[in-house]
Amino acid sequence: MLCLGIEGTAHTFGIGIVGSNGRVLANVSRTYVPEEGGIHPRDAAQFHAANARATLDGALKKAKIGLYDVGLIAFSLGPGLGPCLRTAATAARAIAAWLHVPIIGVNHCIAHVEIGRLTERARDPVTLYVSGGNTQVIAFDAGRYRVFGETLDIPVGNCLDVFAREVGIQHPGGPTVERLAREGKRYINLPYVVKGMDLSFSGLMTEAVRRHRAGADLRDICHSLQETAFAALVEVTERAVAHTENREIMLTGGVAANSRLREMLKLMANERGAKFYVPPMELCADNGAMIAWTGLLMHKHGVKHSLAQTQVRQRFRTDEVDVVWR
Amino acid sequence: MALIKKGAEANLYLENFSKVLHTAGEGKVIVKHRIKKSYRVPELDEQLRSSRTALEAKLFADAKLAGVPTPIVYEVDRVSMRIVMEFIEGKQVKLVLDKLRPAARRKLCKIIGRQVARLHLAGIVHGDLTTSNMILTRDGKVYFVDFGLGEYNPSLEAKGVDLHLLKRALQSIHFKVTDEAYRAVIAGYMREFGEGAREVIKRVEEIEKRGRYIPKEERAWH
Repeated sequence: MLCLGIEGTAHTFGIGIVGSNGRVLANVSRTYVPEEGGIHPRDAAQFHAANARATLDGALKKAKIGLYDVGLIAFSLGPGLGPCLRTAATAARAIAAWLHVPIIGVNHCIAHVEIGRLTERARDPVTLYVSGGNTQVIAFDAGRYRVFGETLDIPVGNCLDVFAREVGIQHPGGPTVERLAREGKRYINLPYVVKGMDLSFSGLMTEAVRRHRAGADLRDICHSLQETAFAALVEVTERAVAHTENREIMLTGGVAANSRLREMLKLMANERGAKFYVPPMELCADNGAMIAWTGLLMHKHGVKHSLAQTQVRQRFRTDEVDVVWR
Repeated sequence: MALIKKGAEANLYLENFSKVLHTAGEGKVIVKHRIKKSYRVPELDEQLRSSRTALEAKLFADAKLAGVPTPIVYEVDRVSMRIVMEFIEGKQVKLVLDKLRPAARRKLCKIIGRQVARLHLAGIVHGDLTTSNMILTRDGKVYFVDFGLGEYNPSLEAKGVDLHLLKRALQSIHFKVTDEAYRAVIAGYMREFGEGAREVIKRVEEIEKRGRYIPKEERAWH
């Protein structure tokens, strides 16, 4: 069976088509870029609505199939920005109703983990999921994906984005911060906040911006910002690995593009004798294929959603889902 | 040195006093070594290990002043990032709690609750209250032997989180006796803490309702 997955939690509208054997036939996405400032949820949702049809056509063409070949519709039920979620859900309901096929709402964070397990053949990894909207350390335990640690305030991707914007770096900020960081020489002390298993980045971001205004070298600040934020991420991930005695570590989410973060996690994994996985970048970023694949797993194990159950959930938590497919 | 525990941030070794500190000494000591992490830049690595080593030693001492049994700290070395401390002979509470008779278990839990209250009254939160960090000695004392995640924090929220973590530990490790054990902990806590204890207990309940692990219908938010 082919599943069509629709992703629309934030600035990316993505459609993926995946077969029940796990083959990704298409994974097409379009990304809203704000003219200035951060993502405005309503503008992003309008972007999704305007681009839904073209994205769908693109995915079908790429997969070389017709819409009627699709046997299941999956979509991102949450967590995410309300207007974006509702737009994606509306598209999903419309297509499912038109085709008379089942519809399944998928937890976005879990989909990130599942697509990684598929492509990397990881059995039971501790996953560090880092993006502009989420920062979580996730591991499977007793039927659910548990959140072992997470941010108490802003996600790490948001910390980097907002910092970049505040110091005048053009969108997208992440890659530029990374490039500047490589030229940084001096480590500037910045707030390192790990509380038990949880993280906090808002104070770090504010202080980094303040240091820039106080005249510190931007390259040094980028270097110090990355080192501080990433060390905290790796520390909490390591704690979860020690606690669960897992031998696999996976990195996913948009911030997985950062090669310094990859390097640090790899060092930690080596020290602990664990394997380290990063899925291909187009599957680390928000995408439709991960939604489609997770939808297939759920469907195969008997999960059925009525239309009423497809109401989106902005605060849908990772540890709420009964993971019947594992 | 005999490695007895390899944690996420530190290794614990059991060693003879005479070998580590002074030839005239007898008995065993624990050496807690915060290990270098190659993934961190040296400046940050050094700063974190150094400040945590010093903080933990200070917490041990202040906890003891507040009336909570902790190992004697013999040496704090912020160059090699080691703490040398007394080896507490006894049994991990984790291993004995389920096996005790109900009356003895309640007594033990009351002591734990009382000691947590003493820490809180002294402005200390433990940060990692699990029964694997507590040692029951032959004379009935309960030693808190790991302050690696501890901090000085007088806020109500921090106290609530601390007790919440203990409850979570009881639920996951001692699920057969959780309710009884937690009730006794709270009884001991309230008696020792005195005025304001109810506020802390109320905060624990509130924290639970923010819930990472609780069913949706029991949550404070949806």
